[in-house]
Amino acid sequence: MRPLPRPTALSRPFWDGCLDGRLLVQRCSSCARCFFIPSVFCPHCLDTDYEWVESSGRGHVVTYTVVWRPPTPAFDPPYVVAVVQLEEGYEMFTNIVGAEPDADLIGAAVQVRFHRESEEIALPFFELAPATGLRP
Amino acid sequence: MRSRQAVIVGAFNTRQARRLDGETSDTVTSAAIRGALGDAGLDVADVTGVNVLPGLDYQNGSRKFGYAMGIPYFWAGRAMPGAASVLEAATAIEAGVTDVVVLAAGEAGIHQDAASTAPWTRPSNEFIECWGLMTPAEFALSAKEYMHRFSVDPAKVAHVAAVIRNNGARNPEAVYYGRGPFSAEDILASRMVADPYHLLDCATTAEGGSALVLTTAERARDLPGVAVAVLGGGSESWGPSYTHPPTYERVGMLGRDAADRAFARAGIAREDVDVFELYDNFSWEIIRYFEAFRYCGVGEGPDFVAGGAIEVTGRYPVVTDGGTMSHSHTGESQRIQRVVQAVRQLRGSSAANQLPDPRVALVAALGDVVLLGRQDSR
Repeated sequence: MRPLPRPTALSRPFWDGCLDGRLLVQRCSSCARCFFIPSVFCPHCLDTDYEWVESSGRGHVVTYTVVWRPPTPAFDPPYVVAVVQLEEGYEMFTNIVGAEPDADLIGAAVQVRFHRESEEIALPFFELAPATGLRP
Repeated sequence: MRSRQAVIVGAFNTRQARRLDGETSDTVTSAAIRGALGDAGLDVADVTGVNVLPGLDYQNGSRKFGYAMGIPYFWAGRAMPGAASVLEAATAIEAGVTDVVVLAAGEAGIHQDAASTAPWTRPSNEFIECWGLMTPAEFALSAKEYMHRFSVDPAKVAHVAAVIRNNGARNPEAVYYGRGPFSAEDILASRMVADPYHLLDCATTAEGGSALVLTTAERARDLPGVAVAVLGGGSESWGPSYTHPPTYERVGMLGRDAADRAFARAGIAREDVDVFELYDNFSWEIIRYFEAFRYCGVGEGPDFVAGGAIEVTGRYPVVTDGGTMSHSHTGESQRIQRVVQAVRQLRGSSAANQLPDPRVALVAALGDVVLLGRQDSR
């Protein structure tokens, strides 16, 4: 089984959101920009006031790689590791599920799909968004 | 020459092998230090500063070794091994902070689990570990994006790996001595690790230690060997890897400002460089360096490295010992190996692939750059 996150006090709202099927992100109360991974201050303006808001869960693939030699036997290759940029402007690592290994995914529209891994953890995978095609 | 001009007076690699039975990170690191001091003609009692990284002991390596070497008080460098630690030590020496510095690292006995990739490729945190990320996948992300953007023929990237591995195949000190020659087609035929990187596009893993000794040019006049001057350098970081996505936009130009500063400080031109000892952890990185360092335009690197340009007989020879792909990759000390090889080229003492009379070497690893020059006026 793949290694699962051990939430911290800072990241707990994010992971609790995943369990609820909601992709949460911090939004700066000062400059209103969203940021990820969880931080105690806004990387854009350094303000420490933020709120957790729900992301649309939609975005596009900035880049990706198909992994054929996993770091440990806990992973079942091939699988797609990607950087997804969400509509709110922040980026995150994820796995793209349901895509053919030889598909060109750069620019592809994707949406979050949660998968329950344990009692405490659901992971935010992404899948190709239906019928939207490539990012304009 | 600058006052207190920093020079490298000792450079040494221990034997490198896939396994060094009975050795530990401490034993290979200490052997490398003895070798480098011997090469310099100096003694432990001469050392006033250290930056030592045994294995993956990032916190305490320098203090442990400084103490173990019996130095009562010592300057402790904190930069990562290789171009970064050379620049930091040279800066400290030129500023009068310390006089004789040992830089060392080594690794043995850490990578024992053949079912998993090397431990240094699997850093853990809650936002990457669950996605099966490791170093080749990290570096593949920017390479993939670049190759997509510029419609790069994979054979042009594979060519880089073939050149480097062929350098190592000719080097009797390389772990993969005699393994080759390779063509770009051979690289592409090896199994995929993380697209676009095949097995032979990637660094290997091995064991061994490497060390350097730096001091002032004044002090070097009394020493037996050929000194190599640290002409200039630069050091750039972009943020915590393995945490934030290394997109091409983020990492593509890493080292450009460092190179600009290195050349400005050295007072030399790009074309004055005779040899490029670059950190070759993945094949496309070599193309990235030449673009970031302004040797060619962005997107032109695949053609820039084509043909014989980066071979030992070319105008821009790279990684002349075989690098991390063929010579050795030891966790962290492989970045010191790049400096050791540059010093040996400039001294005319390379174990293989010796260039005819090189005078200036560029050493780089990620965002760290140093320019090294042979000292002729002694």
